[in-house]
Amino acid sequence: MNDKKIIIAGLLVFIAIILFPFWYGLLKAAPAPELKLTEKAKAAKECVRPTEYMKAEHMQLLDEWRHSVVRNAKRVYVNQSGKEFNISLSNTCLDCHSNKADFCDKCHNYASVDPYCWDCHIDNPKEKK
Amino acid sequence: MKSSRRRFLQIAGISALGLGAKPVYDAFAKEEHGDKPEIQILKNDKALIAKQWAMVIDTRKLESTEALDPIINACHKIHNVPTKLEDKRHEVKWIWEEGYHHAFPGKANRFLDEKVENTPFLVLCNHCENPPCCRACPTGATFKRESDGIVLMDFHRCIGCRFCMAACPFGSRSFNFRDPRPFIEETNKEFPTRMKGVVEKCNFCAERLAIGKMPACVEASNGAIAFGDLYDPESEVRKLLKTNYTIRRKQGLGTEPSVYYIV
Amino acid sequence: MLELAIKGSKKYYGWMALLLGIIGIGFLVYLKQLDFGLGITGMTRDVSWGFYIAQFTFLVGVAAGGVMVVLPYYLHDYKAFGKVTILGEFLAIASVVMCLLFIIVDLGQPSRIFNVPLYPTLNSVLFWDMIVLNVYLFLNIIIGWNVLEAERNNVHYQAWLKPLIYLSIPWAVSIHTVTAYLYCGLPGRGFWMTAILAPRFLSSAFAAGPALLILLCLIIRRVTNYDPGKEQIQSLAKIVAYAITINVFFFLCEIFVVFYSQVPEHMDHIKYLFFGLQGHGAYVPWMWTSMVLMLISIILLVNPITRKNEGVLTVACIATFVGTWIDKGLGMISGGFVPSPLHHVNEYIPTIPEILIALGVWATGFFVLTILFKIAVSVKEEVRG
Repeated sequence: MNDKKIIIAGLLVFIAIILFPFWYGLLKAAPAPELKLTEKAKAAKECVRPTEYMKAEHMQLLDEWRHSVVRNAKRVYVNQSGKEFNISLSNTCLDCHSNKADFCDKCHNYASVDPYCWDCHIDNPKEKK
Repeated sequence: MKSSRRRFLQIAGISALGLGAKPVYDAFAKEEHGDKPEIQILKNDKALIAKQWAMVIDTRKLESTEALDPIINACHKIHNVPTKLEDKRHEVKWIWEEGYHHAFPGKANRFLDEKVENTPFLVLCNHCENPPCCRACPTGATFKRESDGIVLMDFHRCIGCRFCMAACPFGSRSFNFRDPRPFIEETNKEFPTRMKGVVEKCNFCAERLAIGKMPACVEASNGAIAFGDLYDPESEVRKLLKTNYTIRRKQGLGTEPSVYYIV
Repeated sequence: MLELAIKGSKKYYGWMALLLGIIGIGFLVYLKQLDFGLGITGMTRDVSWGFYIAQFTFLVGVAAGGVMVVLPYYLHDYKAFGKVTILGEFLAIASVVMCLLFIIVDLGQPSRIFNVPLYPTLNSVLFWDMIVLNVYLFLNIIIGWNVLEAERNNVHYQAWLKPLIYLSIPWAVSIHTVTAYLYCGLPGRGFWMTAILAPRFLSSAFAAGPALLILLCLIIRRVTNYDPGKEQIQSLAKIVAYAITINVFFFLCEIFVVFYSQVPEHMDHIKYLFFGLQGHGAYVPWMWTSMVLMLISIILLVNPITRKNEGVLTVACIATFVGTWIDKGLGMISGGFVPSPLHHVNEYIPTIPEILIALGVWATGFFVLTILFKIAVSVKEEVRG
């Protein structure tokens, strides 16, 4: 077994390569982006659900919403405080959060997720900044 | 058919139980949470409901292409149908015009009266009661909505296998052979577009029915198209069916189309 | 045993490099398709399935054809086929791999393919097709690999394999039956809506699969030290002879029903394929070529003098393979979509990118096949020498 050195060196190189995403991420890890709210969103104070819930679970909520609209024809969401919302990504969510680039994309880019919502749903339907 | 009846009975049974239990449950719920309401997802109060939506097209009132165009445009405009696709191979359409020979192949006599021969027919998804497309779909992306019989597409789930297109005997379905967005004449910002690689078709304006509006084509037809519940004897549709001789496309295949034509 | 696949001659490596080159080209064009959408193919609103699904259908047949060596060997204890059984099983593996790839390249949203198992839809034939194909793939991998390894170690294969082997026989029939059910259960598609579609598929499968296997055996004999055997090849040839004859017979049954009843919805598709319709007839020369090739192969294969001459047999097998390929890999799908349900004639012609992607998939299949055959033949050489 004279190849010990070569084998170990090779293994190290191999490990370094397969761990590339991790150390590359560590090297260039940027600080988490800050959430920017529009005036309208600030004025509303609370989203459909509490902010903490929205931060962590908005994708589950959206999934539930789309299922309900597409499959069950139920389009009105009543939250815990009894407030009603029209279930619509473009027409309700983006009505308040009309700053998609700052609000959605920044965080999605940071987390490196690429949801395909915008392939179909229209960004900023009312054209306001 | 059999299984859907069983399913219906199951649901009916469970709902009956649920209905009976509701007041009791409510009483307990009130006690526990005070007046704080639960999180709920509801139907819009104004939503139009039916057991099976159906359409009657009075072709006597739609005699020329000029009469059909506003109807077709109304639909394609609000649904962001990419009408600017010039390559015929990639065409997407929800409702369009066909001659009698093509709309009703097999029903066309060689010697046809001039009027029918020259009448343009509106064709669209038939929202069949026994839809072969839903039988074919491997993911349930296209399905018959139990609440009102509309045959719908879940574009999020569609894998683009196009089995439904092979299964549809009416050529009602279109496939997005490329990204449709650049080919939409004027985008309706309140309605989504589609993405490449999914199948689409007429949805009987499910999004409009949900907020109490009639389908766009019905609205644009000046009374030439009637829309209503096939199982409500008092509906406009049923009244027309009672007083007029109507035909349906390829009735012999047993798919039970929900679009009727007065000729 | 995998190590046997990386010890080869220059020729072997050259062949593999060539295949990799074709795969690479196909893959690049596929990336283009992913980016643009299926619009780069010749498929249309009216002809919504094309070359990919046709290749898939044909290759399910080749995969099912493998059972024609498995069945006599394991069920009837026809010892001679011991020399070729593994080749049939490995051919089935490579074919199913191609089938699955053809399904994937045909999808509009391939990234969502797992929606099929995630939302199991029991009423969809495509769902069942996915199940039968994958199970058939695994059955053949498990059986082929273990039996070969046992042979290499000079022991009898494991007893638990026996039930799997028996299961694989009806399973082979099931994959092509379910594939036929994809088409023949659709209302309004007169060309496919015939109860004899599954039997037709199976007969052409049992001709095309073994014909390809004969050709592969002849190649193996030439390029390696292993001879699959004269008797084996002759037995396979008889199977091809019966199968191709039955296939043509079934086709004629179809022709009789359609043209004696004269129901336009069934007749128009066959008219389109063989005579052209409303001035469109791109497939006419192909379909007649297919018919002539199948007839030639019947004559050459049924007649013992011509069948026993391996030169003539080669020609007959090529004729069978090409004939059934045109019939199923070209005409079967286009023919079903033209004329359309609304009686429009919109002809489908595959595009160059589409053909390149298909070639890439075929090359992938042959790459897998070469590796598997290399292993099998090396083991056989080892055991014999």
